[in-house]
Amino acid sequence: MNLDFSTEETAFRNEVRTFIEENYPKNVSADGLRDDLSPEDMVAWHKVLGEKGWSVPAWPAEYGGTDWTPTQRYIWSEENARINAIMPLPFGASMVGPVIYTFGNEAQKEQHLPGIRSGDVWWCQGYSEPGAGSDLASLKTTAVRDGDHYVINGQKTWTTLAQHADWGFFLCRTDPDAAKPQEGISFILVDMKSPGIEVRPIKLIDGGYEVNETWLTDVRVPVENLVGEENRGWTYAKFLLAHERSGIAGVARSKRAVEQLREIADKELLDGKPLMQDFDFARKVSQLDIDLAALEITELRTLAGEEAGRGPGPESSILKIKGTEIQQRLTELTLEAVGHYGTPYYRDLSDAGSNEYPIGPDYAQHAAASFFNMRKTSIYGGSNEIQRNIISKMILGL
Amino acid sequence: MDFNFTEEQTMVRDGLTRLVRESYDFETRRGVIESDSGWRPELWAQIAEMGLLGMPFSEEDGGFGGGAIDSLVVMEEFGRGLVVEPYVPTVVCAGGFFKHAGSAEQKEEHIGGIVDGSRVYAFAYAEPRGRYDLADLETTAKKDGDGYVLNGHKAVVIAAPWASHLIVTARTSGERRDHDGISVFVVDKNADGVVTRDYPTVDGRRASDVYFENVSVGADALIGEEGKALPLIELVVDEATAAQCAEACGAMKCAQEMTVEYSRQRKQFGTPIGKFQVLQHRMVDMFVEYEQSVSMAYLATLKLGESEVERKSAVSAAKVRIGQAAHHVGQEAIQIHGGMGMTDELAIGHYFKRLTIFDAEFGNVDHHMKRHIALASG
Ligand SMILES: Cc1cc2nc3c(=O)[nH]c(=O)nc-3n(C[C@H](O)[C@H](O)[C@H](O)COP(=O)(O)OP(=O)(O)OC[C@H]3O[C@@H](n4cnc5c(N)ncnc54)[C@H](O)[C@@H]3O)c2cc1C
Ligand SMILES: Cc1cc2nc3c(=O)[nH]c(=O)nc-3n(C[C@H](O)[C@H](O)[C@H](O)COP(=O)(O)OP(=O)(O)OC[C@H]3O[C@@H](n4cnc5c(N)ncnc54)[C@H](O)[C@@H]3O)c2cc1C
Repeated sequence: MNLDFSTEETAFRNEVRTFIEENYPKNVSADGLRDDLSPEDMVAWHKVLGEKGWSVPAWPAEYGGTDWTPTQRYIWSEENARINAIMPLPFGASMVGPVIYTFGNEAQKEQHLPGIRSGDVWWCQGYSEPGAGSDLASLKTTAVRDGDHYVINGQKTWTTLAQHADWGFFLCRTDPDAAKPQEGISFILVDMKSPGIEVRPIKLIDGGYEVNETWLTDVRVPVENLVGEENRGWTYAKFLLAHERSGIAGVARSKRAVEQLREIADKELLDGKPLMQDFDFARKVSQLDIDLAALEITELRTLAGEEAGRGPGPESSILKIKGTEIQQRLTELTLEAVGHYGTPYYRDLSDAGSNEYPIGPDYAQHAAASFFNMRKTSIYGGSNEIQRNIISKMILGL
Repeated sequence: MDFNFTEEQTMVRDGLTRLVRESYDFETRRGVIESDSGWRPELWAQIAEMGLLGMPFSEEDGGFGGGAIDSLVVMEEFGRGLVVEPYVPTVVCAGGFFKHAGSAEQKEEHIGGIVDGSRVYAFAYAEPRGRYDLADLETTAKKDGDGYVLNGHKAVVIAAPWASHLIVTARTSGERRDHDGISVFVVDKNADGVVTRDYPTVDGRRASDVYFENVSVGADALIGEEGKALPLIELVVDEATAAQCAEACGAMKCAQEMTVEYSRQRKQFGTPIGKFQVLQHRMVDMFVEYEQSVSMAYLATLKLGESEVERKSAVSAAKVRIGQAAHHVGQEAIQIHGGMGMTDELAIGHYFKRLTIFDAEFGNVDHHMKRHIALASG
């Protein structure tokens, strides 16, 4: 057992670091709030990576993946996190893409995989409904066969960034009479420009608009857009959820955020000395370091398991729970660090820091919004309660 | 020992419960906080008419002879409604300074204006580099003839956009963080050289960063003794902290009740989520946190009149405990609401935000823990 990277891995790290330094779009800063970015900014790095052939490293090589080992992919995500890069959105690259190359037919692969790789096509995820959150299988949106079309009716909600989406993957009920609710669901790809789709923004507690209600009224979708078999959508959805979870630990990103927190706490003063020198505060930051170390090694152990051919199992729920708790704690401590200047609502005060009469330091401006926003992480992607239920059932056998 | 409220206090509470219910429902509040001014002067006038702004002042000062317990009652109800109107800055802070240290003329002018609702005050004490240390002041007041000239920058002055007057802490002598050499002034917000940068706050209130650029004030602007104001400031801030603790209790109570109610209504897996024992225990813990908080708010309020050490120790204990509880209850409330808790549309998110920001006012958990340790070790 050892924790060292091999010579090849270190060489790989140098290679990707140089590539990132030379090619990351200079005008796309990831230090602010996500929704301050234009849609073009959000996919700018994705497009560069698409051309390089690095936008979907985890995919099999035949579909455009890089054939990197899990450890190399880990190095890749660390190097991107170092500069807070805006990575390819998960909906195409890590969710629907793998479903399509695993369960889709040749025509679907040909139609959709290139746009996902290049970043030219924006995807959204239409799973949740007002009545079907944690209990996703109770979803009510229906797709009824009418000749060579499905006619879709229903309401999805929490659809992230659907306001920019070209395509969506939707779970719809195709057999209302199935013995179990999980058995009557199909996985359907929908062109978001189809008539009958209405996307309505939802304002979140941080003031941003990253999610939407998506209403579908008599939306006609060609049957070719069914992925895999009719009524087998739940299997594909679960496959996808496992993929969604494995990226969610966010270790590299959190490490970078701890560094930023330390930089902030070096500038903030307590008794005229840097806050970072205050034992009470330093202790809390070190606790984060320690929790992150535990999470990092746990993730590396999971990766090693993957390298040995075991897929992400229920253990990935550990990564989701601890990863999100750490992300939340980080933003909470950052808010604590900035003191009084966590209180102003900066969203409509674009000149807050630059004016002749500034309102607080620049680094304070996203502290409260980020903290509020990050509460979502223990709710989405299978809430942390649901993750605990999974561990309890699948691992502890309760 | 007696934990009962007087008949008048109960009447005040009932009146406020009605006022909040009738004039401060969530949608009305949303309209108000999103309006240009961000508050309702006419409601303030109504509150003045109800006699609420005069309660904590003695009859000879023009008030109705109550005290800190009355402020506790008011703020608990304000907390339930997430009322943004400036009771703490105006009545507890400004009122406190005049009550404890004002001259006869100052009392007549300022307490009179507070009680009848004609004047609104904001308390400009925090500074960009001072964190929660009340003595860490870079704002200066230099003697100039009979009066003073103020220079400096105050951070996040709650309610300043609505205020007619500011209560300002400043250094008249000594170095940053010296305990001597601090004075308190009342400044007309329209005075030459007062520059305000106004903004909304994340919890629905309004605040300003206030810059003083050679602001001249007369000798009558000084409240209390020159250079000796720190104990007075600490007393008033403790009173304000106790009131704010009561507000947090009110907000926590609502967040806890709303969460229980939501868990009864919201069904997943064919059953109300409130039937899941994991969530039940978490809501029980929210309730326990709330009850512990109420106890601490009482403790702090009842000790305000005791010796300095007893008072500070109790107020810090309350602020620590309630600060922790406010974080806990707010975050759990969102989690148990699921995605709905993340929306601006539901009240619960607004309670969560208020409960979050509560910690940063008048010193956070760490600040008060340090003060508590210092007092305990003598
Ligand atoms: C910002 C954000 C973005 C999102 N993006 C998308 C998206 O792009 N596409 C999409 O389809 N969905 C998306 N979601 C939806 C997300 O997946 C759901 O919010 C999540 O599944 C939880 O469902 P819910 O909100 O209905 O909460 P509920 O299921 O109602 O849960 C409420 C509470 O009950 C708890 N609970 C539920 N069941 C149990 C149980 N059996 N045992 C114990 N506790 C339980 C939950 O953990 C939670 O605390 C997003 C959500 C958010 C907040
Ligand atoms: C030092 C000591 C002194 C005692 N003195 C007395 C005494 O004077 N008189 C007397 O009558 N008894 C006494 N008891 C017994 C005590 O009341 C029992 O231990 C107690 O009721 C728990 O029962 P149990 O030990 O069988 O544990 P169990 O009931 O088997 O519980 C095991 C675990 O499961 C949990 N659990 C059980 N049911 C639920 C549920 N519905 N939901 C969630 N969790 C649950 C429990 O909290 C516990 O963690 C004493 C016990 C101890 C240890």
